[in-house]
Amino acid sequence: MSFGWSLYVTVLTLASIFACFGLLVWARTTRAGEPAPNEALGGDFDGIDELNTPLPRWWLLLFAGTIVFSLGYLVLYPGLGSFRGVLGWTSLGEHDADVATAQAHYAPLYARYAAQPLPEVARDPHARAIGQRIFANTCATCHGSDAGGGVGYPNLTDAAWIWGGKPEEIEKTILEGRTAVMPPFAPAIGGEEGIPAVAAYVLSLSGRPVDPALAKAGETKFKSICIACHGMEGKGNPGMGAPDLTDGDWLYGGTETAIADGLRHGRAGKMPAHGELLGPDRVHLVAAYVWSLSHTDGE
Amino acid sequence: MSSPCAAATGTDGRIPLYAKRETIYQKEVMGWFQRLRAAALFVLAGVFLIGPWLSWGERQAVWFDVPARRFHLFGLTFWPQDFIYLSWLLIIAAFSLFFFTTIAGRLWCGYACPQTVWTKLFMWIEWLTEGDRNQRMRLDRTAWSTGKVGRKLAKHALWLAVACVVGTTFVGYFLPIRTLLPRIGALELGGAEWIFLAVACLALYADAGWMREQVCKYVCPYARFQGAMFDTATLTIFYDRARGEPRGHRSRTTDPAAANLGACIDCNLCVQVCPTGIDIRNGTQYECIGCAACVDVCDRVMDDMGYARGLVRYATEESLAGLPVRVLRPRVLAYGAMLVVMSTLFVWALAGRVPFAVDVLRDRARLYRLTSEGAIENVYTLKIMNKDQQPHAYRIAVEPAAFALTVPDTIEVPAGGIVDVPVRVRVAAEPPPPASAPVSFSIWPADAPERVLHEPSRFLAPRTPGAPS
Repeated sequence: MSFGWSLYVTVLTLASIFACFGLLVWARTTRAGEPAPNEALGGDFDGIDELNTPLPRWWLLLFAGTIVFSLGYLVLYPGLGSFRGVLGWTSLGEHDADVATAQAHYAPLYARYAAQPLPEVARDPHARAIGQRIFANTCATCHGSDAGGGVGYPNLTDAAWIWGGKPEEIEKTILEGRTAVMPPFAPAIGGEEGIPAVAAYVLSLSGRPVDPALAKAGETKFKSICIACHGMEGKGNPGMGAPDLTDGDWLYGGTETAIADGLRHGRAGKMPAHGELLGPDRVHLVAAYVWSLSHTDGE
Repeated sequence: MSSPCAAATGTDGRIPLYAKRETIYQKEVMGWFQRLRAAALFVLAGVFLIGPWLSWGERQAVWFDVPARRFHLFGLTFWPQDFIYLSWLLIIAAFSLFFFTTIAGRLWCGYACPQTVWTKLFMWIEWLTEGDRNQRMRLDRTAWSTGKVGRKLAKHALWLAVACVVGTTFVGYFLPIRTLLPRIGALELGGAEWIFLAVACLALYADAGWMREQVCKYVCPYARFQGAMFDTATLTIFYDRARGEPRGHRSRTTDPAAANLGACIDCNLCVQVCPTGIDIRNGTQYECIGCAACVDVCDRVMDDMGYARGLVRYATEESLAGLPVRVLRPRVLAYGAMLVVMSTLFVWALAGRVPFAVDVLRDRARLYRLTSEGAIENVYTLKIMNKDQQPHAYRIAVEPAAFALTVPDTIEVPAGGIVDVPVRVRVAAEPPPPASAPVSFSIWPADAPERVLHEPSRFLAPRTPGAPS
């Protein structure tokens, strides 16, 4: 807040409070020409007289009390422009204190699960319920409430794992995040003529019906370039996030157009790191929940 | 006497508009109506004090668990979503107030209001420690002495003791009393809990000890608007002016007719027994809480004098004018009918209350999902809230039939629990479905399929040319 605004707020606030005090003093007694206490104020309301009935004195003191309270409040808490108040209270500080309290409260529970191997945590219904809530708050935005994913966001309920589906791999993905890059390959595979051929070969890897001649032409190009990441058989490489092209599971869609687009423009997938946001204990719980989705038998 | 104001003119001729309260020394009185009030005090205070000690199964029978937002009342548990029942109850209470006030004035204030109930108890303690009206007035006038300090200390100690019992009981409706008492003993309460307890205890001490009639006169809204429900046929406490005037002192042997006197002997007892310090002989006043103390004391005086009772009595404006007392009149019948209708509907609604609720939340980040199999999927989260005191298994279905549901067969929800169920709804892409179609989820407890809830939502699909919109 600039000094001008700070001054404006301070003057306005204090002037209002002192004006209230002045009003209180002014209205404490009758004025010249006014009816005395308990005399009729005049005016006729269906034959009922309104009397100038005095209020109890403690009522006046209540008003005075509000003034004392507000001045005390303004000394203790931030209210007068940039003045922070002698207690140094901030809403952020209160939030942090509340978070610290909650973390201290739940720490023993999380620590108990953190010490267990992930599959064991996944078999505990209570732990799964906690994991599901963390998932709903943090992960469902991209992966969906049912963890079914969507275009560009992997389905976490099936057997296909781009970065590996072992418990520790899932946990590492959540903790540290993942960055996958598929560069655009149009020039390298023969431009617009080569793209349909490679796409046809890629589709054939998962047993989709394609033009055999086109696929044959694509195979040569695939085996000279794409195998560097996706492997000789197109099985992918979880170490670098190169997807398995043979399982019929498509992160960006399984149509010929979608695959051609990937070849032409490349793909960039990004899973942000959540270690700092959630902390390792909660990542352990949510990883267990995610693992349990594709291991419903708990094995 | 309608105002306790002793107006003192200031030096500049101005008169303070804020007056010091003048203590009201209420004279003790016994009689038929006071016995009725004492009975009401015993019943109401008894119910209140016993309330939190009743158990229902494993827990306190009446327990308003504010931190968890669960309000237990014997076999029923209310959630914040059930506040409609509370407002309904308040409507019934309002009609009940209208009904009884129209018939016989401020019955609530005189016989049932907790304020009056506890004030009566506190006045009794005052009588116990400081003596009767004259003794109290004398005590307050005398200089401070050991005896005076002792009596005052005893009074305030007893007041505080009663206030602590009542205040702790009140808090016991919110924090289970069986654990509250040991926690108080061990000084284990949290900061907010101590404040709650202190406020509850001190509020009663200040209210019934110090504030008393000022609450009715200055604070209570009911005190003011009940007057608006009076009509000329409402039974109210009246001084029979025609019979009483002209008032005057006389000996018991005087013939009032010969001395040109009415029945009122001007003994002022009706003023001395009044807890709000008014003179009922000035007519109906807003301060009158309808406690009938003046009726009881005047009846006794009439007995002593050998006159007929009822110089101060429950009467109507019409009956004082010689007309008959009418109880059943259109206003009373209308209020009564509303009271009956509302109460019946309330009981009916409560009996048919489905003790679970469902919220359907569509996934917001993605409108729809196209599957590798060529289907369209929407994802929802169903929040199933089991408001019952037993665990239940629930089943979910979706309509219309073209939509398929991927969901566990049954969903177990513990008593009083909320379970989030991610639900996947799928429809074939061919023929193209409308871009936005209504769907309806049905949820029912497996053990009570007739208690089914229908929750509407929408299913979104890609906009396809030629598809119905």
